[in-house]
Amino acid sequence: MNTSGHGTSGVGASRPDAGTSAGVLRANVVGETDMVQLLDAHGKRHEEATFGPYIDALDAQTVRGFYRDMATVRRFDTEATALQRQGELALWVPVVGQEAAQIGSGSAMRSADYAFPTYREHGVALTRGLDLADLLKLFRGISNGGWDPREKNFHLYTLVLAAQTLHAVGYAMGIQRDLIAEPATEPAAVMAYFGDGASSEGDVHESMVFAASYNAPVVFFCQNNNWAISVPFEVQSKIPLVNRAGGYGIPGIRVDGNDVLAVYAVTKWALDYARDGHGPVLIEASTYRVGAHTTADDPTKYRPNAEEEAWKAKDPLERMERYLRAEGLADDAFFEQVKNDDDELAAHVRSATLALGGADIRQKFATVYAEAHPLVAEELAWFENYQASFADAETPQGGAA
Amino acid sequence: MKTMTIARAINEGLRATLASDPKSFIMGEDIGALGGVYRVTEGLAAEFGGHRVMDTPLAESGIIGTAIGMALRGHRPICEIQFDGFVFPGFNQITTQLAKIHTRSDGQLSAPVVIRIPYGGGIGSIEHHSESPEALFAHTAGLRIITPSNANDAYWMIQQAVACKDPVIVFEPKRRYWLKGEVDTENSPGDPFKAHVLREGTDATIVAYGPLVPVALAAANAAAEDGHSVEVIDLRSISPIDFDTVEASVNKTGRLVVAHEAPIFGGIGGEIASRMSERCFYSLEAPAIRVGGFHMPYPVARVEEHYLPDIDRMLEALDRAFAY
Repeated sequence: MNTSGHGTSGVGASRPDAGTSAGVLRANVVGETDMVQLLDAHGKRHEEATFGPYIDALDAQTVRGFYRDMATVRRFDTEATALQRQGELALWVPVVGQEAAQIGSGSAMRSADYAFPTYREHGVALTRGLDLADLLKLFRGISNGGWDPREKNFHLYTLVLAAQTLHAVGYAMGIQRDLIAEPATEPAAVMAYFGDGASSEGDVHESMVFAASYNAPVVFFCQNNNWAISVPFEVQSKIPLVNRAGGYGIPGIRVDGNDVLAVYAVTKWALDYARDGHGPVLIEASTYRVGAHTTADDPTKYRPNAEEEAWKAKDPLERMERYLRAEGLADDAFFEQVKNDDDELAAHVRSATLALGGADIRQKFATVYAEAHPLVAEELAWFENYQASFADAETPQGGAA
Repeated sequence: MKTMTIARAINEGLRATLASDPKSFIMGEDIGALGGVYRVTEGLAAEFGGHRVMDTPLAESGIIGTAIGMALRGHRPICEIQFDGFVFPGFNQITTQLAKIHTRSDGQLSAPVVIRIPYGGGIGSIEHHSESPEALFAHTAGLRIITPSNANDAYWMIQQAVACKDPVIVFEPKRRYWLKGEVDTENSPGDPFKAHVLREGTDATIVAYGPLVPVALAAANAAAEDGHSVEVIDLRSISPIDFDTVEASVNKTGRLVVAHEAPIFGGIGGEIASRMSERCFYSLEAPAIRVGGFHMPYPVARVEEHYLPDIDRMLEALDRAFAY
């Protein structure tokens, strides 16, 4: 039940006609170039019957906001990369190139919806209203989290690939239970983020089996950025991942992941679909990670420069800027203001990070278990005595404890 | 007091939990209409409905992973893993996700998921159906692990596991599912993480848990005929371990034998022996002796009697301890 090679016409449509011939099967495979696009690489808007109206319904400020958020997360990324290079972060996970996929999908969520990110969803975090500086606690090595997921319904980053897709489905099943137990519960859906590399993990498969079986209100949002560290997408799948949706009996939509308007529209459609009780949807956003997987790798070792250049020509920010200018939705003053605001944000992120300081291992002792645990208590007591022994040794000399 | 089997006691404990906590529910493979392969959940689906006793797709990572998500939403999942050897597809979710959520969130989140795993050998089954993987989980901080050896503990421990704010694995001694015992449904035996001294003695201590507790008691009775007074401790909790109760006993008896079905190497017995050597060095009359499985995959059923610690193996260990 994917978009079946006909743009968006297959969304919500019934199962393809029964048939086992290779021709029928091929006809239901979404092609490499076949995806929802509302804004082309030149920034020109195209009409589209199913998803176009979602954009038509937006006011100019919201549309400008998409650009603003994409620019903000890009500037944030630059600053975080610099902090890593300066030794202030242990690692950074760049997001440059994927801003449209993240801002578009994140902006489509309502506050009651809940997002389960991977470790690269900095743009989604921005749309959820997080202080981006909090994201850096993990990468600075002072916390394994850094924020309270319940405040903005944005879960902690998950470093074990695909594990969070099951948590997302379970959370969505929990929403279903809440609606049954308490009909006044606000309907909500869950976003499960993962990448093309993670799509090969068994947990993605199991999460889709569970979601389909229980009709869970979850939207699987795959950012296919074409590279799993150094391994190209072709090693994960021979065909676009969206084609897997049909195997689970759920709708699949392939979208131009560098087109923020299209991503917003298809995600909004999918979230509404899930929230309305129709079950899960798989979205594959075709995009590209322009930089490294993390600051630890070097893309020049594994991928051709020409490919990077070709994708840079599809840059989501430049495309949106052209559109906004052409439509008269934004002028020089707007872009200047965005730049100034983003520089301010970068300065905030930098100073907040440097002010984070270190971590206290006592806090780690305190959070292993929710209830008191004798082994943890015993080891903490040993540690405190051990620490105190140094203080005792130094005190007689009047040295610093 | 009611007399019931361990399987029935867990069933009654689950029933009491489902009745008292509307957020609780059971999920697993074949637990609904069939009532579980060991019938531990028999009748619960009919009584509470498929929504509270949920048959899942056949996917252990899926069971644990979705249970984590549901717990994050405030629900109380009780997962059944069908057999010990089938927990490993869910191992990743248990050890890298479930165990760490509380600490990863700096204490803000918890996932109080309960995982029931029938474990241990002695049922004449085929491979992957008779394993004792408790040490693999006990090594992971963030998990709690308990194992009942009798019907009363079985009835209460499952309820206490669900009430706990931390994730709890309940290893159920499957070859004792049909062991009958008295259950006091009015008075709880107290802290599930405390060891119980089941038999007082003065000459040596046997520490056992789960399926080997009846064996340890029988060995102590046999030793008594030879004039040895052996104390028997049912550990009950594998993580945390109630070292204080073991220490008090060893300080009294001076000799320690630790018995479990899992392989000795890297097992819980080594942990207890090591701790006691630190805590009771001047009380010990003999080195702590471990009784357990061999360093091999659980063997085929036709030879498992040679693998499983029995009364004679425990008596042999006691003899070695008394020889010092």
